[in-house]
Amino acid sequence: MARLNVNPTRMELSKLKKKLESARRGHKLLKDKRDELMRQFMNMIKENRRLRTEVEAAISEANRYMAVAGSVMQREVLETALMLPKQEIELDVEEKNVMSVMIPVFNPRYRTDSESGIYSYGTAFTSIDLDGAVAALSSVFPKMIRLAEVEKSCQLMADEIEKTRRRVNALEHIMIPDYEETIKYITMKLSENERSTTTSLMKVKDMVLKQSHNFT
Amino acid sequence: MYKAAVIGDSASVSGYAALGLTVFRETEPLKVKKLISRLAASNFAVIFITEPTAALADDIIEKYRNSRLPSIVLIPAVDGNTGDGMRSLHKAVEKAVGSDIL
Repeated sequence: MARLNVNPTRMELSKLKKKLESARRGHKLLKDKRDELMRQFMNMIKENRRLRTEVEAAISEANRYMAVAGSVMQREVLETALMLPKQEIELDVEEKNVMSVMIPVFNPRYRTDSESGIYSYGTAFTSIDLDGAVAALSSVFPKMIRLAEVEKSCQLMADEIEKTRRRVNALEHIMIPDYEETIKYITMKLSENERSTTTSLMKVKDMVLKQSHNFT
Repeated sequence: MYKAAVIGDSASVSGYAALGLTVFRETEPLKVKKLISRLAASNFAVIFITEPTAALADDIIEKYRNSRLPSIVLIPAVDGNTGDGMRSLHKAVEKAVGSDIL
């Protein structure tokens, strides 16, 4: 481990001791943060996986209906039927703080509450499979919004976990050992100085005594 | 007030118009990239994009991965599920844990 480039003085020693103490405290806090984030992340990932499987299955189902509708109806008629939707969705976005990660919460608001709001066309010239496709999409939509929420949360949390893990590792393997080594170095240097001073004092004392009293 | 958008080929995304989502029928790589940037800069909080279309603009999607909004979600297109959506989940796990434990 590399020793820090500081002067071996008592001033530096007390400064470093304080730094070491706060680094240890920070390390403990960050480690706790990482563990808790990881626990929440694992729960989130489980939910994400479940939602994604459900959503993908439902969309595939809707796509099957859509494919049938597309083959029964003309492409243009199908497009025209869906051209002017009655329904409109707006999202209220709130933020939730999970271990200092700001994750979004989406609350959809619909323009019309009626269940038939999703059917923007007359039933006379359209295939029943189109109704099926739209109904299937409509029923899975709340899950899709939740999926968007959870997926974003997972991405943001993964980023934060990575950052926290790096900080924990940097403190644990670099900063704390460096401080410890520097403190040890300064302590050694100071006691060495002390010993050297004592020795030279003894020597001087001997010389003075010898000069004044002819002591041997 | 935020909105939600769907991007993809016409056959895959038409149905979402009925739900009240804003639909963009776009499959040109450059146009898709520009569209995503434009939507992200305006008030779109959620962008659903079909997997084949997302594959054309993965660099720009990557860019918005760690920003708070928009949330870009991959959905299967009409010609089947490519598994890209699940892969992005695995990527997040790998980033957080260090290895893919799923």
